[in-house]
Amino acid sequence: MNEAEIKERVAAFLGEHDPSGDRLEFLRARFDAGLAWVWFPEGLGGLAAPRELQQVVERELADTPQINGGKQGIGLGMAAPTILAFGTEEQKRRFLRPLWTGEEIWCQLFSEPGAGSDLATLATRAVRDGDEWVVDGQKVWTSGAHHSRWAILVTRTDPDVPKHRGLTYFVCDMQAPGVEVRPLRQITGEAEFNEVFLTGVRLSDDLRLGEVGDGWRVAQTTLMNERVAIGGAPTRRGGGVMATVLSAWREHPELRTHDLHGRLLSLWVEAEVTRLSGARLREQLAAGQPGPEGSGMKLSFARLNQALTGLDVELRRDLGYDDWAFRRSEDVDFYGRGPGYRYLRAKGNSIEGGTSEILRNIISERVLGLPSEPRVDKDVPWKDLPR
Amino acid sequence: MTLLYSEVEEELRSSVRGLLADRCPPAAVLKRVESEPYDLDLWKTLAGEIGVAGLLIPEELGGAGASASEAAVVLEELGRAVAPVPFFTSAVLATQALLPTRDALLGELAEGRKTAALAVSFTASPYAPGRGSSVTVDGDGRLSGTVTGVAGAEVADVLLVPVGGDLYAVEGASVEVVPSLDLTRPVATVTFEQAQGRRVGGCDLAAVLGFGAGLLASEQLGVAEWCLETTLAYVKERHQFARPVGSFQSIKHRLADLWLDVVRARAAARNAVADASSISVAVAQSWNAGVAVHAAEEALQLHGGIGMTWEHPVHLYLKRAKATELALGTPGDHREALASLVDVPGPS
Repeated sequence: MNEAEIKERVAAFLGEHDPSGDRLEFLRARFDAGLAWVWFPEGLGGLAAPRELQQVVERELADTPQINGGKQGIGLGMAAPTILAFGTEEQKRRFLRPLWTGEEIWCQLFSEPGAGSDLATLATRAVRDGDEWVVDGQKVWTSGAHHSRWAILVTRTDPDVPKHRGLTYFVCDMQAPGVEVRPLRQITGEAEFNEVFLTGVRLSDDLRLGEVGDGWRVAQTTLMNERVAIGGAPTRRGGGVMATVLSAWREHPELRTHDLHGRLLSLWVEAEVTRLSGARLREQLAAGQPGPEGSGMKLSFARLNQALTGLDVELRRDLGYDDWAFRRSEDVDFYGRGPGYRYLRAKGNSIEGGTSEILRNIISERVLGLPSEPRVDKDVPWKDLPR
Repeated sequence: MTLLYSEVEEELRSSVRGLLADRCPPAAVLKRVESEPYDLDLWKTLAGEIGVAGLLIPEELGGAGASASEAAVVLEELGRAVAPVPFFTSAVLATQALLPTRDALLGELAEGRKTAALAVSFTASPYAPGRGSSVTVDGDGRLSGTVTGVAGAEVADVLLVPVGGDLYAVEGASVEVVPSLDLTRPVATVTFEQAQGRRVGGCDLAAVLGFGAGLLASEQLGVAEWCLETTLAYVKERHQFARPVGSFQSIKHRLADLWLDVVRARAAARNAVADASSISVAVAQSWNAGVAVHAAEEALQLHGGIGMTWEHPVHLYLKRAKATELALGTPGDHREALASLVDVPGPS
């Protein structure tokens, strides 16, 4: 399928469905027409078309009802590609459509109080009981758990083998008895994250994603997609947080100093070369020659976001803060809030979705081929590891 | 517009890389730097057999009619080898100045029968094109004055001298090589004393220097790539505390960061040849110049004591990187230019 053909498809779709009608009906129809994710298979929101054609679809449908990328971020960026790669046909048909339309929101039950960067150490147990699994444990840093219908969940099903081998991946029903969500107040004042306590939660075996004991491999798919989702979005020159800082800079000449000017220009250049390497990466993907550059995108994004939001606060010389109220956010309202909020929230960018240190390890070992540090946990059963 | 390499470019790269591997290994470059740094036999082969000297010259004028993008790939390879040949000074800078005049000299340059140099200080920039030059021309077309810091002058058969918007071809000026920071691309002081010049046409020197600055980013990319690859190989081999040095996280993280800088330098260099606007050139120079220096400094540090010796070639790369940081505008000069190009005005 090429650009002209996809445009025809979109035109035909718009001929049959009125964008000014019911929003949800329109989104459902768009999914059914294969215009949700064009590179997904037919019948699952796609047309088995080249991925770059999605940009054409987005342009053509720019003035129609849109899905909520912020609130649906985890479902779209992480759950969907994992379900596509490891789900059964039944699971794909059950989950993908309401995930895309936003009728069902997803969250991610991965990190635990004792397992963050070393995720494979996690302790949440799942024990088989006939056609069901019984799950007990505690998860943390769960964004949006308070309004989620489903979660992707990694559990330990075999404590007697080394840590990576004893994991199993599930879709967790957030409405099941025994699921308790408690808000975690963050440095910004709000509660976008949660702790999730799982006590005797019963999940039927058809909610399992992938084989028993293969959870680490399934989780890797989620994590790789997560990093692309966080750092890989196309931006325009001077866009994103840079645009926010630049408008403050242009509107307030009285706040400019030579030092700020020099630092802002350096960051402008860094943002631009980062944008260009993202553009180059997408060209490589489209040409079927994926490079390792993707591994670095999230790392650069975190650094730039933090440096720019810090400079923004400093530039404005304003000791105020917009709102410390303790509230349950629907999504990260990065641009709707003040500079102080952006500065504090951006601190999470180098922690969430893999810390910058873990990403540097991944680059140095998988891209540059450097040896790993000596491992003390390699052939030790998980239950014998010091915790 | 693409930021990728074409098949033709990859073929050109592999011929140049193959030749340089045979004829210009670091040990050979090291051996000649103190006596006769330039390798003119190698230059003859590059120009004659691979045809690099005429890349930017249109076919009807005797060249290959290629684009800046191909010349950039050659520069990446020459940077990786710190190859002591006058490609950048003759086939890029001097040729670009001469192109609008369509002078017959272009045919000789394309075949490599003659080599030219632009009599401009290597530290002049698109924003200060006259830096380092005091040359004037009298009513009879005689040139007088001095240009300091000219790269490639001592191996040039003809000097192209920009004076007041015109370009003169001069043979027979006094060229005095001075001890230079960059051993593989030394600079000279060029003096004209009533030298007879032939006016070959007009010259927009700032535009020529901007074009050169955009391409220099590719040479800087090549320098940075060699430093990163050589250092990676070394830290995998070298053991301390009964482990390869490259297994320590503090080393791995520095190299991961350096890799990310180089990845972005490649995108910036490609963008500067795909879209030769002033913004692209300024972005590429302000980023790549710094990345090349940083890569060479990291290479030196991570090689430990051996990096500080004359026998290890890393110093050649550090010297080339530091010299090109100053060439055709420093990173700061280019960022300052960006301030007005992208509307980030400074304090009044």
